[in-house]
Formats: sequence, C-alpha cells, structure tokens
Amino acid sequence: MKKVFNLAILLVAIIGLFIAAATITKNGEGLKVGDTAPDFALKNIDGKTVSLADYKNAKGYVVIFTCNTCPYAVMYEQRIIELHNKYAVKGYPVIAINPNDPIVKAGDSYEKMQQRATAKKFPFAYLLDDGQEVYPAYGATRTPHIYLLDADKKVQYIGALDNNPQDASAVTTKYVEEAIAALEAGKTPETTFTKAIGCSIKAKRF
Amino acid sequence: MQKIIITLFLAILFLNACQDSGSTQTAKVKAVVSNKASIKILPGLPPIYEHFEDLAPIFAQQNDTTYVINFWATWCAPCVKELPYFEALTEKYATQKVKVILVSLDFSKQLETKLKPFLKENKLQSKVLILIDPDANSWVDKVNPAWSGAIPTTVVYKGDINEFYEKSFDSLSELEEIITPFL
Repeated sequence: MKKVFNLAILLVAIIGLFIAAATITKNGEGLKVGDTAPDFALKNIDGKTVSLADYKNAKGYVVIFTCNTCPYAVMYEQRIIELHNKYAVKGYPVIAINPNDPIVKAGDSYEKMQQRATAKKFPFAYLLDDGQEVYPAYGATRTPHIYLLDADKKVQYIGALDNNPQDASAVTTKYVEEAIAALEAGKTPETTFTKAIGCSIKAKRF
Repeated sequence: MQKIIITLFLAILFLNACQDSGSTQTAKVKAVVSNKASIKILPGLPPIYEHFEDLAPIFAQQNDTTYVINFWATWCAPCVKELPYFEALTEKYATQKVKVILVSLDFSKQLETKLKPFLKENKLQSKVLILIDPDANSWVDKVNPAWSGAIPTTVVYKGDINEFYEKSFDSLSELEEIITPFL
C-alpha cells in the first residue's frame, strides 16, 4: 500500500514538473529585469565545465543564448566576438549558451559547436545547455537572446544586441554596449528590455 | 450585418468630408500618403513593406472575415515545414470567410536569391507579403505584446477577437481547431 502511495506522489510530482516547465516556456516567464540569475554548470567546447562563479573578477556577465544554425545567430556572430574582445578585459565576458536540442537540430550538436568555435576562433565560452534546463530558467525564447547581468548576477538588460540584425553598419543603437556603459558609470541602463526577431529555440520532443 | 452598414455609413461620411474640403486639400493628402507609404513592388515578388506601420492595417480589419496571419521566412525550417498546412487551409476554406496571409520576414539581401525562387517553386496560393523593417523592437509588441519575436508565429483574429500562437503547427487539423471558434 505504501509503495502505491509513494508511486502516486512521484507521479503527481512529475506531472507538476511538466506543467511547470510548460508554463515557463509558454508564458515566456523566467527572469525579469531586477531578478537574480541562477548560476549553471554547463560543458564548454573544450570539455571543461563552466559556471558564472568561475569568472572571479567579473563586473558583469553577458549571457547569450545563441547557436550555429539560426541565420540571426550567424549574422550576429562577428558582433558577439567583437563585444567579448572589447568588454571581457573590462570585466564583462560573453558566455554563449546553445539552447537547442541536437536531436531536433543536428547542426547544433556538441561536435558542430566545437567545429564552429574553432573555425571562427570564438574567444568566449560556448556551452551546451545539455538537458535544456538553463534556457527555460532564464526564459530565453529565441536565438540570439541576451541577458546582461551585473556583478551580483542581477539582470540589468534582456533582449537584442542592437537594433539592426541584418546590417551592422546601419545600427543606430547598441543596446548591450549602452547598458554596460551605464553599469560602468554606476547607473541603471536606460533601455532594459528589447524584442527582436529570431529563431525559436528547438526544444526536445517527447 | 450591422457592422457593415455602420462601416459603409462612415465611409460615405468620410468621402463627403473629403469632397467638401476642396480639391487642393485632397491633392495634399494624397501626396503625403504616397510619401509616407513605402511599399515596394518588384517583379516576381509580393509587395515589400519597409515600415511596419504600413503593414499594421492588416491586423485591424473590422469585418466578418477570420484572418490567419503567419510570420515565416525561407530561412526558418519549422516555418517552411508548416507552410503546407496554411496552404491547405487556404484551399479548404476558399469559399468561406477565412483569409490566410503569410508575412515573410526574409532578409532584404535574400529576397531575390532565396524568397523569389522559393515562391516560384512552391506556387503558394495564400496571400504573401514581405516585411523588411529591421527595427523589430519597435513593432513586435504592436503585433502582440505576448510575442517574444521568435518565428514561426501566427495571429488569428476576427474583428476584436484576437488569438496569438508563438509555436509551430503539425497538421491542418490543428490549424482548423484554432479557427473553428471564429467561424
């Protein structure tokens, strides 16, 4: 009898988890500006596990959900490299996370990530969201989707890198750079949330 | 029916007002409109909207037609996968007040190289429009505040009743299920 009872509890808990997961992705919930972002431990393309806590002297973190295959991610690739090169030395490293399920999107497998990172000489960590638990916790819905955190892992900005994905030379507002500049000046960023077109995140199919 | 009468009545009133204001006024208004509207027509391609504000009216048509507006692009694999279901919807509901509009978000640089050949090969029956406004942050919320900007995304509306789906569809019946309450 006890066994049956335990099983029932387990079942309810599992169903509850599924419902919770579904609501998070459906309502686009997850982190809001001002929330404290959760840390993670994800495998980098060099085989090592990376966490936010590893960046000892960080003044902030530029967490970018991105991937190999989305054309928007590809269009932003060079700009993300430049962002890291410019701001990592100032204490704001880029930490890229591929949220896609490699079974749904073969081009976003761990091996393909390694190939892409090598070919493009990614200067930043490129992690695989293995198990797909991190992106729903953050509330990411598309690639690329950027979360700028301050030194206390508080979310200061969510959205796009800038206001022109297709043409870097026609950009008039660099949202992330402006937000970092505000943090550097001890201020709150003026723009804390933007929307952009992007590819949907490829979730595991049950 | 009542709505149509009211709309007609308003239209007549509006026309009268225009006539009253004299011909110079009308000419001025026309010039402004053609300056502001930036819809480009290129051979072999559907109309290209450079600014969302020119496209916005398709989301607010006050009549008894159910509009199914799908945001897609040739570069978006799940979008291309679900296109046949929207095409099937257009075909099956051809005699009913259902209108499918496919808004392509293809990149400006790929309209000739990707979209044009795709349209030629697939001979889409549904109405296709192209939106190339790069400043998505300025218009995503106007489509629906719940939209994160990811595609595929579909809006279904009739009059003031509006439903929004940031997801892909796996069959025609799944699409029919969501439009049935509107019919």
